[in-house]
Amino acid sequence: MALKKFVVGCFDEEKVLFPAVDKVRHAGYKIHDIYTPFPVHGLDKAMGLRDTSLHTAGFIYGLTGTTTAVTFMSWVFTKDWPMNIGGKPHFALPAWIPITFELTVLMAAVGMVLTFCYICQLAPFIKKHHFHARATDDLFVMVIECTEKTDEAALSAYLESVGAKEINTQVAEDGWWIGRYDREQKLYNEPNIA
Amino acid sequence: MPAGYKKWTNALLGIGALVLVLGFIFLGMSKDEHAQTRFWAVLLQNSTFFLLVVNASMFFVCVTTLAMGGWQMAFRRVPEAISTLVPVFSVIALVVFLGIIFGHQHHIYHWLDKEHVAHDPILKGKSGFLNPTFFLLWTILTLAVWSWVGHKMRQLSKRADEPFKAEEVKGYMWSNSVWASVFTVFFGLTVASTIPWFWLMSIDAHWFSTMYSWYTFASTFVSGMSLIAIYVVYLKNQDYLEYVNEEHLHDLGKFMFAFSVFWTYLWYSQFMLIWYANIPEETIYFKARMQGPYRVIFFLNLIMNFVLPFLLLIRRGSKRNYTTMAVLAVLIIIGHWLDFYQMVMPGTLGEHYSLGWFEFGILAFYAGLIMFFVGRSLEKAPLLSKHHPLLKESIIHHT
Repeated sequence: MALKKFVVGCFDEEKVLFPAVDKVRHAGYKIHDIYTPFPVHGLDKAMGLRDTSLHTAGFIYGLTGTTTAVTFMSWVFTKDWPMNIGGKPHFALPAWIPITFELTVLMAAVGMVLTFCYICQLAPFIKKHHFHARATDDLFVMVIECTEKTDEAALSAYLESVGAKEINTQVAEDGWWIGRYDREQKLYNEPNIA
Repeated sequence: MPAGYKKWTNALLGIGALVLVLGFIFLGMSKDEHAQTRFWAVLLQNSTFFLLVVNASMFFVCVTTLAMGGWQMAFRRVPEAISTLVPVFSVIALVVFLGIIFGHQHHIYHWLDKEHVAHDPILKGKSGFLNPTFFLLWTILTLAVWSWVGHKMRQLSKRADEPFKAEEVKGYMWSNSVWASVFTVFFGLTVASTIPWFWLMSIDAHWFSTMYSWYTFASTFVSGMSLIAIYVVYLKNQDYLEYVNEEHLHDLGKFMFAFSVFWTYLWYSQFMLIWYANIPEETIYFKARMQGPYRVIFFLNLIMNFVLPFLLLIRRGSKRNYTTMAVLAVLIIIGHWLDFYQMVMPGTLGEHYSLGWFEFGILAFYAGLIMFFVGRSLEKAPLLSKHHPLLKESIIHHT
C-alpha cells in the first residue's frame, strides 16, 4: 500500500458542503472521500459516485441459494433417499419452497454482508487512517488526494474560499492494513510519497 | 385532458356499452343457463375487482396520511381523483348484487337457494352469516361508508389549496389523521375480512380459507398502486405534475414490487397448507383450478403476477424508468384481473367458461369508465395541494 499526501478540509454545515463539493470537482481536484457523521442524502450524486454493484452481487448470491436448495433437495428426495411422506410425490416442489426461500435469503444476506465488508474493508483487525476524529461527531471531512501537479498551498487557499473551517495536509496510508495505528508514522518517508 | 385521451375514453366506453347491451340481450336474457351465469359472473368479477382497485387508492391516501408521509404529496391528487370512482362503482356493484340475489338466484351464490340450504348442514351452519339480508345490509353499509369517508378525505385535501395560518396547521393535520383512521379501520373490517368472504369466497360456500381476504386485498392493492403509477406516468408525459420525478416513481415501483411479492406470499400460504394437508373438502378449490380447463390461467396467473413483476421490477433502474413502469403496471392490472377471473369462474361456470368478446368487452367498459371519471375529476381540482404543510418533503424527496 502506498503512502499518499492528502489535503483535508473540514466543513461544519451541510449547506456549505454541497456547493463546495461541486466547486472542488469543477476546479479539477480529485476528491478521495468525504467522511460524514451521518448518511447525507444526495452526497453520492454530488460526488459523482457510480451506483453500487452490491445488489447485482446480492441477486447472484440469491440465485446460488435457490439453485443449491432445489438441486440438493431434488437429489436427496428423488435419488439418494426417496421417502413416502404423506403420499406426496417424491418431487414435491410446493413443500420445498419455504426451504428454497430461506436458503435464497440466507445466501443473499450473508453474501451481501461479507461483500460489503470486503468492499469497505471492514473487519475487527483492519486499521485505516482517520483524517479527523470529529468526522464521527459533527464535522464533514472532505479529503482531497494530491498528485505531483497539485499545489498544496493553492488548494488549501481554495478550500478556505469555498468555506472550509479547518484545513491541513496529511500524509497517510491510502488503503488498509492489519496491526497497530503507528504503522503510518514508521513507514513515512518523504521521498517515497507516491 | 388532451384530445387523444378523450378519443380513447369514448372508444372504450362505446365498445363497452355495446358489449354490455349485446351481452344482456344474448347472454343475460338467454334461455341457456350457462349463458345467464356467464353474464352475471363476468359482471360480478369486474364490478368487485375494479371497485376494490379504485378503493385501494383511497386506502393509499389514508395510510400515507396516517404515517405522516410526505413523499406522495406531489401526486396525491391522482389517487384522490381515482378514488372519486368509488361511489360510481359502488352503485354498479350494488345493481349487480341485487341482480344476482333477486334476479338470477343460485347459479352464482348457491347459498341463496333456501331449499338447498335446509338439506345442507354446512350451509345451514353458515346461514347466520351467509343470508341475503345480512349480505345486502352489510354491502350497502360498506359501500356507503367507503364513499362517504373518501369524500370527507377529498374535502379535507381541497382545504390545502388555500394558505393556512400557522395555528391552523396542527388542527388540520389532526382532522386528516382522524378521518384517515376511520377509513383504515373500516377498511380492515371490510376489505381485509368480511367483504371478500361475502362477494367472492361465498361462491364456493362449502370451502373457506382464512387467507382469502388478505389475498384479495393484496391483489387489489397492487393493482391500485399500478393504476396510480399509470396515471402518474401519463400526466408526467403530458407535462403536468411538475414536482414529480423518478424518485417518486421509484417509490411507487417499490410498492408494486413489494405487493407483488406480498400477493405471492399469501397465494402460496393458502395453497401450500391446503396442498400439504390434502383434505378433500379443502383441495376441491384447487382441484377445480389446477386440473382441468383452468390449468393455463392458473399458471399464467403466477407468471404474470409474480415471476414477471419480480424479475422485471427488481432492478433499481427499471423502477425509475417511465416506460418499464407503465408496461409493468398494465401487466399487473391485467394479471390481477385474470386472478379475479379464476376466483369467480370455476365456482360458477365450471368447465363451461369462456374468455371471449363479453369478458374483454366488459374489461374495456370498465377501463373506459375509469378513464372518463378520473379524467373528469383531474380536470376539476388543481393537481397540487399547494399549501399542504408536507408538500416540501415531497419536492425534496430523495430515495
